[in-house]
Amino acid sequence: MAQPFRLAEGGRIDRARPIALGFNGRPVEAYAGDTVASALLANGIHFVGRSFKYHRPRGIFSHGVEEPNALLWVYRGGGRADPNNRASSIEAVEGLSVHSQNHWPSLGLDVGAINDGLALLLVAGFYYKTFMWPRSFWDKLYEPWIRAAAGLGRAPNVADPDRYQHSHAHCDVLIVGAGPAGLAAALAASQGGKRVILADEQAEMGGSLLHEAAGSIDGKSAWGWLADTLAALSARGTVTLLPRTTAFGYYNHNHIGLVQRLADHLPHPHPDLPRERLWQVRAAEVVLATGAHERGLVFAGNDRPGIMLAESVRAYVNRYGVAPGRRVVIATSGASAYSAAADLKKAALEVSLVDLRAETDCAAEAEVLRASGCEVLTGHTVLGSRGRRRVSGLIVAPVGASGAFASARTLACDCVGLSGGWTPAVHLFSQSRGRLRFDAAIDAFVPGEGVQAVRSAGAANGTYRLSECLEEGWAAGAGAIGLSSARTFAGSASRTGFRPVRIMPGCEAPRRGRAFVDLQNDVTAGDIELAVREGFEPIEHVKRYTTTGMATDQGKTANMAALGLVAETLRKPIPEVGTTTFRPPYTPVTFGALAGAARGTLLDPVRTTPVHDWAVAHGAVFEDVGLWKRARYFPRDGEDMHAAVARECLAVRTNAGLLDASTLGKIEVVGPDAAEFLSRIYTGAFSRLEPGRCRYSLILREDGYILDDGVVARIAPDRFHVTTTTGGASRVLQHMEDYLQTEWPQLRVYLTSITEQFATLALQGPKARDILAPLVEGIDLSDAALPHMAVRMGHVCGVRCRLFRVSFTGELGYEMNVPSGHGPAVWEALIERGKTFGLTPYGTEAMHVLRAEMGFIIVGQETDGTVTPDDVGLARLVAKAKGDFVGGRSLRRPDLVSPRRKQRVGLLTEDSRTVLDEGAQLVADPDQPTPMRMLGHVTSSYWSANCGHPIALALLELGRSMLGRRLHATTPEGFTEVRVCAPEFLDRRGERVDG
Amino acid sequence: MLLIACPYCGSRPEIEFRCGGEAHIARPTDPASIGDAEWAQYLFYRTNPKGVHAERWLHAHGCQRWFNGLRDTASDRIVATYAMGAPRPDLRKA
Repeated sequence: MAQPFRLAEGGRIDRARPIALGFNGRPVEAYAGDTVASALLANGIHFVGRSFKYHRPRGIFSHGVEEPNALLWVYRGGGRADPNNRASSIEAVEGLSVHSQNHWPSLGLDVGAINDGLALLLVAGFYYKTFMWPRSFWDKLYEPWIRAAAGLGRAPNVADPDRYQHSHAHCDVLIVGAGPAGLAAALAASQGGKRVILADEQAEMGGSLLHEAAGSIDGKSAWGWLADTLAALSARGTVTLLPRTTAFGYYNHNHIGLVQRLADHLPHPHPDLPRERLWQVRAAEVVLATGAHERGLVFAGNDRPGIMLAESVRAYVNRYGVAPGRRVVIATSGASAYSAAADLKKAALEVSLVDLRAETDCAAEAEVLRASGCEVLTGHTVLGSRGRRRVSGLIVAPVGASGAFASARTLACDCVGLSGGWTPAVHLFSQSRGRLRFDAAIDAFVPGEGVQAVRSAGAANGTYRLSECLEEGWAAGAGAIGLSSARTFAGSASRTGFRPVRIMPGCEAPRRGRAFVDLQNDVTAGDIELAVREGFEPIEHVKRYTTTGMATDQGKTANMAALGLVAETLRKPIPEVGTTTFRPPYTPVTFGALAGAARGTLLDPVRTTPVHDWAVAHGAVFEDVGLWKRARYFPRDGEDMHAAVARECLAVRTNAGLLDASTLGKIEVVGPDAAEFLSRIYTGAFSRLEPGRCRYSLILREDGYILDDGVVARIAPDRFHVTTTTGGASRVLQHMEDYLQTEWPQLRVYLTSITEQFATLALQGPKARDILAPLVEGIDLSDAALPHMAVRMGHVCGVRCRLFRVSFTGELGYEMNVPSGHGPAVWEALIERGKTFGLTPYGTEAMHVLRAEMGFIIVGQETDGTVTPDDVGLARLVAKAKGDFVGGRSLRRPDLVSPRRKQRVGLLTEDSRTVLDEGAQLVADPDQPTPMRMLGHVTSSYWSANCGHPIALALLELGRSMLGRRLHATTPEGFTEVRVCAPEFLDRRGERVDG
Repeated sequence: MLLIACPYCGSRPEIEFRCGGEAHIARPTDPASIGDAEWAQYLFYRTNPKGVHAERWLHAHGCQRWFNGLRDTASDRIVATYAMGAPRPDLRKA
């Protein structure tokens, strides 16, 4: 018979809609409304995975997101593969394929299970103790082995084909959790048209009401009240109901991250439907009604398949119409499990109950249960379990008055429900930075003083009775919209109260068998006690040493047990031990949801220059510079980068080259005080710079180090055109705005970015003037009229142009700034005109080589944020006779005038062949013992076709006094000899710029 | 993510802003005349209070204007934002 453990009636599943799933390739029947866990249980499958460390058989432990054991690999075809999904929260859908994890070759036969026999060796801190020595074993043996053995599940190896969406929302009240408290809060908060969002992680809203089959509220059945309430809320236009939506993170200023699952529950989702939607909600007020998680009990062998939480056994029976077993033993230290036993009895299952509490502490509920025909053993402890891949018996014994136990007996069973009390889900409250308060009466941390506009209600607040949950929810919802309104609810009676227990009596050390605290990370009570004995007393240390609570479930069912054990071992009260930090996400969130649309070409914006299309058409190889695409070189047939760059470099110095320099940052500085302002920002002085002239200058940070460099051109007395490095454009503008707005607001200056308004075309080389002359109107290009470092307005190819006579190659050079839209036409006209002159387009790589041949610096290459003008030999750019400027005072700081600073030098390799690595270290003696004394490092290094040998720039301690010295530079193969030289490799007198 | 009230644009999410460090640190009017220790004090030394802290903010992806704000460093609550040049609000009066 299919679904042999499906009850004949009951539950919220749709028996008219059967579904077929695959588990490890084997067909499993289910109904719409099932989770994968309830479907497996309906088919009698408990054993669904192997544990992380010991590879012990594990079963389904819970019915919700707190599940530590039943982690499955979900496959939906193609790249839709997802490891570590909790069986208890995957919705059953036709054709779904799920697989167990952490075993080889199969679930039943697993080689890794040998770890279970080695348990005495694999204690807390095993890795730290074992893999310390010999050091050399780490890289080759230990790490690869650990990496292969570690981790759960398999990551997909093809791209995820699904779409993910991001949405933003604002609301008056966000309510997290649609159980009784959350629903009551939503009813109250949505009065009077306030915008309310109610989010719940499950497929169906209702929380614990979904398995409160026999409960009642205000005279209606619990399920009837639930249906009416959801209908009433949907009818209110200002309420947004978000089922299948997990609030995973609570951030500053009531900013909450939600992830909504839109497609996984559909057998054939529409291709346009996103798989998940990430919501960023900014809520005026938040109500947390996140419920509570049940705790298990700690005894030897408490991890066998078939052993689960008592309330989960109840949920499977009531909500899914599934019997997790035919003979069930409920083991508890509290009252709520009696409801589970009663409901099981009502479903005609054989059930007995073992209560740790003495008869006098639980007589009322015990009597009721006995009256229905159940065996109830009060004052009994659990000593262990029997069975291998499924529990077959629970070993129980009466607890004596002294705590010792008398004769043990085994209760035969195929399912055990554990209840060790409840832990309020305070995760989000704690993430909101609210303080937790320990409530000894319920042995749990509850929300204390909040920091943000947040309230907690119901079980999340430590309130467990149904009527009180509803009333507290109502009050929280009303309070969130500024009403102090109370309402009474008549809810069916709830059984509450429990006796906290850390380890079941009789299971204390010396222990027989292992008693698990954290099922997912295989942490036992013994591991925790060992950690404390070894001195890991703070709870955060115990957590990290034993890994308790660090698995994907974050210890939802385990943390209180671990904390209680530490407190007991240290003989300290729990509040003194404290609790570990709750961090987002509450449950795992897919990378897809976080990334949203930011994938592939949408990951980052791409900036292209006006000449980009021409460069693409002419075979340019591009490099990324910030967000810009820049042509790096233009290879001709069969050329590699080396050959292309060498050809481009030679062409520029022999004939002429054309560079697209449009990415240079450009800022227009306008206003009566512009010159004064620039004199305070740059190292140079500009008050006497005449219109039509340019000056190369440096910008320092206030601490005296170089921030950027560029050309400052005076277009008119009150108008400057300044350039920045490509990467520094926005940084420089912000730096200028900062000083203008905050230090010198009285200066009448306006700053405008004009980077994108102009295409900048750099024509460089001895034939530059000859090429340009016939294309220019209104500008005399002669040396006398337009000398080096001058600027004129005119026309090029009939287009308005700011023509700069500047050079970053050391050759005669012009930079034409033309309106962006005309950039391609002017570029092509220049290329056409230059054909007979050997004009060659060149890219950024040749630009770098050409400037290095002249010893020109590049900010970010020769500088790294700790370099002064003098370090790079540019002290002459610091105006002596002007007043205060940014960074000027710092140039006199003791460290900045230290005689041992590194200075820019040139380097030649002795073999004239080796191109050094940028970043290579320089030492005087390669045979000195390590750590060696490093004297400096290579900042730029190239093959120079114009020199015929490699060239390099370096920063070297006392560099300028080291000219001619022989040093040694690191290479991947060892050291190579270098000779220190002046940083100019060609044209030391700078005569070529004059053509 | 903080919600920051730009005095010119209104409340905007933190990603639109850049924090510029502690506010109300006056740049010395004549840096040339002060000693290294005093200059270092201006350059490097900042308070690091637990509680209300005055800091500079730039609405970088908005109006591009600088302003000052008071933020509680323990709770991240923003107590006030005000124009650059305005005095620090006296919270005792509020």
